[in-house]
Amino acid sequence: MHSPDGLGGDGDAAAVRRTVEAVWRMSSARIVGALARYTGDFALAEDVAQEAVAEALVAWPREGTPANPTGWLLTTARRRAIDGFRRRAALDERYTALASQLPEGGASSGAPAVAAAGDGDLPWDPDRIDDDILALIFVACHPVLSPEARVALTLRAVGGLSSEEIARAFLVPVPTVQARITRAKKTIAAAGVPFELPPTHERRARLGAVLSVLYVIFTEGSTATAGADLLRPDLAHEAIRLARMVVALVPTEPEAHGLLALCELTAARFPARTGPDGELVLLEHQDRRRWDRSAIRRGQGALDRAASLGRGLGPYGLQAAIAACHAAAPSVAATDWERIVLLYEALGRVAPNPVVELNRAVAVAMAQGPLPALAMVDELAAAGRLAGSHLVPSVRGELLARLGRTAQARTELELAARLCRNDRERALLLRKVADLS
Amino acid sequence: MAKFMLIMRNTDESLKTMMATPFEEMLDKVGRFNEELISAGVLVAAEGLDDPANGAVIDYEGETPVVTDGPYGETRELFGGFYLIEVPSKEEAIEWARRMPALPGSKCELRRVPSIDEFPQDNEWVIKERGWRERTGQL
Repeated sequence: MHSPDGLGGDGDAAAVRRTVEAVWRMSSARIVGALARYTGDFALAEDVAQEAVAEALVAWPREGTPANPTGWLLTTARRRAIDGFRRRAALDERYTALASQLPEGGASSGAPAVAAAGDGDLPWDPDRIDDDILALIFVACHPVLSPEARVALTLRAVGGLSSEEIARAFLVPVPTVQARITRAKKTIAAAGVPFELPPTHERRARLGAVLSVLYVIFTEGSTATAGADLLRPDLAHEAIRLARMVVALVPTEPEAHGLLALCELTAARFPARTGPDGELVLLEHQDRRRWDRSAIRRGQGALDRAASLGRGLGPYGLQAAIAACHAAAPSVAATDWERIVLLYEALGRVAPNPVVELNRAVAVAMAQGPLPALAMVDELAAAGRLAGSHLVPSVRGELLARLGRTAQARTELELAARLCRNDRERALLLRKVADLS
Repeated sequence: MAKFMLIMRNTDESLKTMMATPFEEMLDKVGRFNEELISAGVLVAAEGLDDPANGAVIDYEGETPVVTDGPYGETRELFGGFYLIEVPSKEEAIEWARRMPALPGSKCELRRVPSIDEFPQDNEWVIKERGWRERTGQL
């Protein structure tokens, strides 16, 4: 069982822990997916998978990293599941029959889904891995769960992040994350959510729920809503990794490609979005040479695939198309703002949203000047939409400044700074106020 | 995120196995692995090398380089190709290397590829190379 690379045998607990974490991150989705199908119980699958990880942390430093680490985790977790069934069987004879079948075959499918784990073979059915992972993603993003619970469960069960990592990413205490996950698993059990792919007529809507969870994770990583750092690139990249996984599983869904394109094209600007001291650098001041061209190419490729499916672009695809306009432009002045205005109009029709309206106003200001844009923003403000957000006063302030109405601009920008919760964004707003005089 | 190169080394034993394996089977195994790397979004580049007999060795031992056709005299471990992957940690790179459908007897050397950011940014050659990397999307 000793690993040929000698990683496990050196007794370096920290190195082994990193190995366990790496294996888990790469394989959690297929492990939990296979276990959930095997047991027919998502919560149990997640629990026993976590137990297997805890066991690996003890066993691998002592016995060496197994030759097939993923198979080891799955086999160990499966054994814990059987133990669990046996314990329950002692209490409830309904489980007796089930427990007696388990060592030979799957509990939920009735077919022998789990082969013996020997000769380095992974004890799962290779033809079902994709379906298992997809079913897992659909369960983690199920509509019976609160949005926060969906995010936490997806990152943990699909992404293989620990509760500590999730807590750090969202700046919430670890017990909060743990409580969210526990509660989410109970909700899934209470609602009787089956571990299966959603029926065809629900697929599209359920996929929408999955994509929106990934987008929430990405946006939190690309513009932290609170705290000292503007970006949490690790979290954003986690969302991109999950989006790639989803695209590979549902390659004929334009919006899956659209979301991936949007994330890639947005992340392409990360290297230019912060200055030397971590301060926010706006699009117009970004050094475009620092944009990640590889990410732009990947994003453009994903956008092309979304478009080539021939069903039109959805909200994510349209936002990606806007991001692609920026990515292709050598400067702010040389940007195709007319096209961006059109894309925002299309976006406003398929997904009406005051933030989209606001962004359209910004694009109109670039294409036609600040005056028509100000009228649009005033309309938004008068309707009381986005009340309490710093976005309306910050755009209004900007437009007023461009029109030379300095006193009004100052009032608006100061209001925006008071409402803004991200330290870096607030600093930028205050810089703009200072620049007015 | 860091880039790692997985440097594939063949031995006489692994080359013999390769010759005995049907090409379709090799293609299928390697293809599956490559597909996994692609869908996980970690693959940056990958190339395999032609027969060393068609190559040459340039030896800098003496004052002027000496060019010899074909492979090194001693070919116990011959560089056969590489993968370039981008992953968050060395451990993840190692785990990918473990999953590689490598032939018995062959070896994989894993090395981190330092980024251009790690070089002095005010050096004119680094600035030039950085420009090329920015233009070609190879940062």
